[in-house]
Amino acid sequence: MRSCREVSELVSKSLDVHLSLRERMAVRLHLMMCRHCSNFKKQMLFLCRAGASYVEYLEKTSRKESVKR
Amino acid sequence: MTDDTLIQHRPILFRYALLHLRDADLAEDVVQETLLAALQSDAGFAERSSLRTWLIGILKHKIADQQRRDARETRLFEPDRVGADEDIEEHLFNAEGSWHSPPKVWSHPENALEQEEFWRIYEWCQQNLPARQAEVFMLRELVGLEPEEICKEANLSSTNYWVTLHRARMRLRACLEARWFGIQQTGDK
Repeated sequence: MRSCREVSELVSKSLDVHLSLRERMAVRLHLMMCRHCSNFKKQMLFLCRAGASYVEYLEKTSRKESVKR
Repeated sequence: MTDDTLIQHRPILFRYALLHLRDADLAEDVVQETLLAALQSDAGFAERSSLRTWLIGILKHKIADQQRRDARETRLFEPDRVGADEDIEEHLFNAEGSWHSPPKVWSHPENALEQEEFWRIYEWCQQNLPARQAEVFMLRELVGLEPEEICKEANLSSTNYWVTLHRARMRLRACLEARWFGIQQTGDK
């Protein structure tokens, strides 16, 4: 059984590349039993979305015609 | 080189410029200048990735020109503080590799994306990452460059790239939990 530390690294990596079948299985098994790492995975997915949204936010708020606060 | 091959790099160039200039109108201007300069020089680039590297090279000069004109040379990535790149995992996990302070449940994180105050915190957390981590994270998640391009840009081996990106995510996660999501739960907006 892989540790939370190892699984967190694999989760992070899985956001960018395909993991091997073995790695995917190890992550899945771990996540089924560990709510901390399940939370972590959801948060990593959220960070990806937040990054893209931040760029949109920056674009929207920096346009001349937009109201600057 | 056709106009189409150039134009498909526009979104990435725009996001890159936007992050440096923090002004969408100016960012559009420098991207346009960059594409025009590229058309005029008409170097024959067969490979798409090397074309983009070349375009970003031109864009960097245009951004620097723009910042000089504005007389506000802001560096997006400050040089690292001593020890800032240290192994954050040592603080996050115990010897067995279990979480010291386990990630909590973030309730309705998507609601945060609508809130001005959240973005201020997000920005603060992002800017307080060690410089190398901030650079890699932003080039990957915000600009959308490919890992190989970022390795070249930040002068990193592929192993170091992964470690750096992972540490950036860990820090950003911890910062958002400490300054936003961990607090929101009790207040429940």
